[in-house]
Amino acid sequence: MNNIRIIPRLDIKGPNLVKGIHLEGLRVLGRPEDFARYYYENGADELIYQDVVASLYERNSLHQIISRTAKEIVIPFTVGGGLRTIDDIKAVLRAGADKVSLNTAALKDPTIVKMAANKFGSSTIVVAIEAIKKNDGKYYAFIDNGREETGLEVISWAQQIEELGAGEILITSVDREGTGEGFDIELIKNVSAAVNIPVIAHGGGGNLDNIKDAIIDGKASAISIASILHYHAMFKINNSKGGTYEGNKTFMNSGKNFKIIQPCEIVDIKSFLKSNQISCRPLKQ
Amino acid sequence: MRSKVAIIDYGLGNLFSINNACESVGLDTTITADINEIDKSDALILPGVGAFGHAMLTLKEKKLDMAILDFIKTGKPFLGICLGMQLMFSESEEFGKHKGLNLIPGKIVKFPKKNKQNECIRVPQIQWNQIFRSNDQIWNNSPMKNLDEGEYMHFVHSYYAIPNDNDTILTYSDYEGVRYASSVIKDNLLGIQFHPEKSTKQGIEIYSSWANYIKFKSY
Repeated sequence: MNNIRIIPRLDIKGPNLVKGIHLEGLRVLGRPEDFARYYYENGADELIYQDVVASLYERNSLHQIISRTAKEIVIPFTVGGGLRTIDDIKAVLRAGADKVSLNTAALKDPTIVKMAANKFGSSTIVVAIEAIKKNDGKYYAFIDNGREETGLEVISWAQQIEELGAGEILITSVDREGTGEGFDIELIKNVSAAVNIPVIAHGGGGNLDNIKDAIIDGKASAISIASILHYHAMFKINNSKGGTYEGNKTFMNSGKNFKIIQPCEIVDIKSFLKSNQISCRPLKQ
Repeated sequence: MRSKVAIIDYGLGNLFSINNACESVGLDTTITADINEIDKSDALILPGVGAFGHAMLTLKEKKLDMAILDFIKTGKPFLGICLGMQLMFSESEEFGKHKGLNLIPGKIVKFPKKNKQNECIRVPQIQWNQIFRSNDQIWNNSPMKNLDEGEYMHFVHSYYAIPNDNDTILTYSDYEGVRYASSVIKDNLLGIQFHPEKSTKQGIEIYSSWANYIKFKSY
């Protein structure tokens, strides 16, 4: 087995790190740079920055945050959200991102994946799939944070993504996202079996067993998680800072405990995986 | 005097993080495709991601292939990273046959489709993988000498190098049962398949040792 990557996902709105449920209902947690640094120092293998409102405005506004982050953290990070053209991708890479994640743009015009892979290298291009299971029992790809239907089945789209030359697939279960009810193993397993490129599982991870299941049963190459880590990190980070964030701070200040989501550190995840014979890069002091 | 490193800009790869890594170990950098700038530098880095054939073609179009060969003849340090390392070899089988810079005899081949257990091998390899020394003497005269055996580095690649001469191999790594050269060293040439600039402070340590080599010609 390969070394499984643990990839914190940071959803960003304006200057803030936010977290929602089903990609909606965003709450402000803090400053993304603070969380990025914290995760880097605590053993994250990569990071994902997702501009969650960019798609609506058709632009990615993270360039300054990307540049500041790239100067501080020495692990790869992927940027997604609102990237529509080759020039958009180039601008984000020039700002210091290592990879880009495409969803809406790829579905509207798949040739952008091929063009981008040719120009920037396959390994620079991640295609994100936002999947929703419909009444017919099949999974379909959605765009704009799960709001708009495309009618495209996830498995055939995943295979097309590989043919177009993307280096990785980030598969999100919109139904599970933010709920902590566990990854959609059937979805992850089907996508992993359908392609030979690495698959990053995202959406629903609420505890350590969920993560193990996505690796052992889902055959994921990497795990992207948010809530579990954010709800632990935010108290550590924000305790030492003043309340300078805009948006919904009430939630953050309430110190609310989650019944389903069991917050922890990356080292907790890695030692749990190790005790289950799943290999990953250990944290070096 | 700070050493000056030219990072070759031929439109491929994330130059930001390589530039950052160099600056963080006290090197002055210039990101350039200008042959005069390259000539004037104390050391040269060839980065790169993507396709071998396309990269060689671009280097040739910009006459950078000759500039690199001329630079290396002066004995000044040269570092190839990722695709930049692969381009140092004689040829690649990527999308048909392509000639490389032929600085290190050997070839570039693709990871097989299946491992010994007949399971599919995911390509590209994208993971933190371990590096192991080929032998003590080579390791101790290399920028890896301060690292622990089995250190984890960040890898992203679909093809790997098979050098003709085992004495050019600095480290080995293993992917799905394929044991391959993950870095090579020969005189003033250093080739690294992984991304030290993305591999935490252990990766930056490699840049730090290389910066010493630029200045003092020893690691």
